[in-house]
Amino acid sequence: MAGKLEGKVAFITGAARGQGRSHAIRLAAEGADIIAVDICAQIGSVAYPMSTPEDLAETVKEVEALDRRIVAHQADVRDEAGLRAAFEAGVADLGPVDIVLANAGIAPMSLGEEPHEAWQDVIDVNLTGVFNTVEIAIPSMIERGQGGAIVLTSSTAGINGIGGSGRGGLGYTASKHGVVGLMRSYANTLAPHRIRVNSVHPTGVNTPMVVNDVMQQFLASDPSLANELANALPVDMVEPVDISNAILWLVSDDARYVTGVTLPVDAGFTNKK
Amino acid sequence: MAGRVAGKVAFITGAARGQGRSHAIRLAHEGADIIAVDLCGQVATVPYEMSTPEDLAETVKEVEALDRRIVATQADVRDYGAVKAALDDGVAQLGRLDIVSANAGIFSFGALEEMDETTWQDMIDVNLTGVWHAAKAAIPHLRAAGGGSIILTSSTAGLKAIPNTGHYSSAKHGVVGLMRTLAQELAPDMIRVNSVHPTAVDTDMIQNSATYELFASDLPEAERTKDALAPRFGMLNLLPIPWVEPVDISNAVLWLASDESRYVTGVTLPIDAGLLIK
Repeated sequence: MAGKLEGKVAFITGAARGQGRSHAIRLAAEGADIIAVDICAQIGSVAYPMSTPEDLAETVKEVEALDRRIVAHQADVRDEAGLRAAFEAGVADLGPVDIVLANAGIAPMSLGEEPHEAWQDVIDVNLTGVFNTVEIAIPSMIERGQGGAIVLTSSTAGINGIGGSGRGGLGYTASKHGVVGLMRSYANTLAPHRIRVNSVHPTGVNTPMVVNDVMQQFLASDPSLANELANALPVDMVEPVDISNAILWLVSDDARYVTGVTLPVDAGFTNKK
Repeated sequence: MAGRVAGKVAFITGAARGQGRSHAIRLAHEGADIIAVDLCGQVATVPYEMSTPEDLAETVKEVEALDRRIVATQADVRDYGAVKAALDDGVAQLGRLDIVSANAGIFSFGALEEMDETTWQDMIDVNLTGVWHAAKAAIPHLRAAGGGSIILTSSTAGLKAIPNTGHYSSAKHGVVGLMRTLAQELAPDMIRVNSVHPTAVDTDMIQNSATYELFASDLPEAERTKDALAPRFGMLNLLPIPWVEPVDISNAVLWLASDESRYVTGVTLPIDAGLLIK
């Protein structure tokens, strides 16, 4: 049986591990070829270990195991020129892009005083990085005239005031709210080109960004936080594939008339708030 | 390949035609058995022809053509006893319940100041109370199955007001309140509750002379054709289309019904061609 995305090409940022890798594998399983980028390096204000070149190589291996093609490059979403070069290299090999997943993100929350640069770093990666990703991809999508689908990864912190009072946590929440503004504006401006733009809003996902000593200490430091962040459904976290399944639906023709939508995948968290 | 809702049973109200029939066929195509109800009769204040027993028989035929089972009953969602009896009978025959699509709805219009009380009350009774009845009757069965998914059909008018449809907007906004409350009440039992919010859908509920009059009272009646009306419906949408097809709503319902959305609850999901953010 043909996959839902046969013949499509998807550009995915933050694809080395976690949700990004899961998206690459899920979309590839449905027939898409993948242009993958990831920073594969540490950012100073981020207290948990970030991705590595080996992580990105593992994503490549898993996509290729599905008999799909993947072009993967190390690139920082904050670096417009580097990101553009990676995108163009992918298009040169795989052809024009139909799908864009702006997934790369950091969560520079930590116990005690969060580093001064945390605010700027998280705004740069989570908001400006998303802007760079979309800006780089859309001219060729518009020129081609075949429409397309863009999904921006926001968060429950993109529709709720959560994340704590530190510089990193406030920046995280502000950046993820900002992504919603980007999504709505792009949905409006790109609709005439039949390019759909939506955002997903995960609750805690079982990935290295959440499941690490620093984040667990941060969450354990304030007992009221655990209660405040509890989901409505009796699950502590969702899995990366749950976000991938939402994104797969949004980018497939099953959602051909869905645009401008904020889609929580949050085990009822937002509704319970 | 196994269907996306294989082995599940779905209860669908308003299943004789339009979106409800489309949901029945789409879910059956992905492996679900169906418990269908429909009024198959007229509500006096509704200005277009409603469904018939023949329509419901056609839904039965189309589901059976997919080799799925269907138990179909004429029942009025305003009558809780009738809804419960039809559902209980369906569960007795098909063995379980996993999915609810509370889809039955009517459309009529008029400015709130001039609206007669019966028009208001019929709308609230069918489009709001009828939705609660479907959910209420289903909850014990879903609990017995160890969880499930309830999808309430609201509308873009459930999130945004449109003049001259105040009773419809009120009922559809009420559906959101119902959804949000049920989502909280049922989350501990792994029963998910979400609402879908279609823009105009190409069904008999909008493709009729009464609705055409609402959208094109300036045109002589003879000129109020589907083609002439398309641009007027299209003006509401952000994407360059006049309306969506029933299957587009079914694809959203299918996703919400399937395990692909196993942790999605309490969500208002527009299928609206961008109407709400335009």
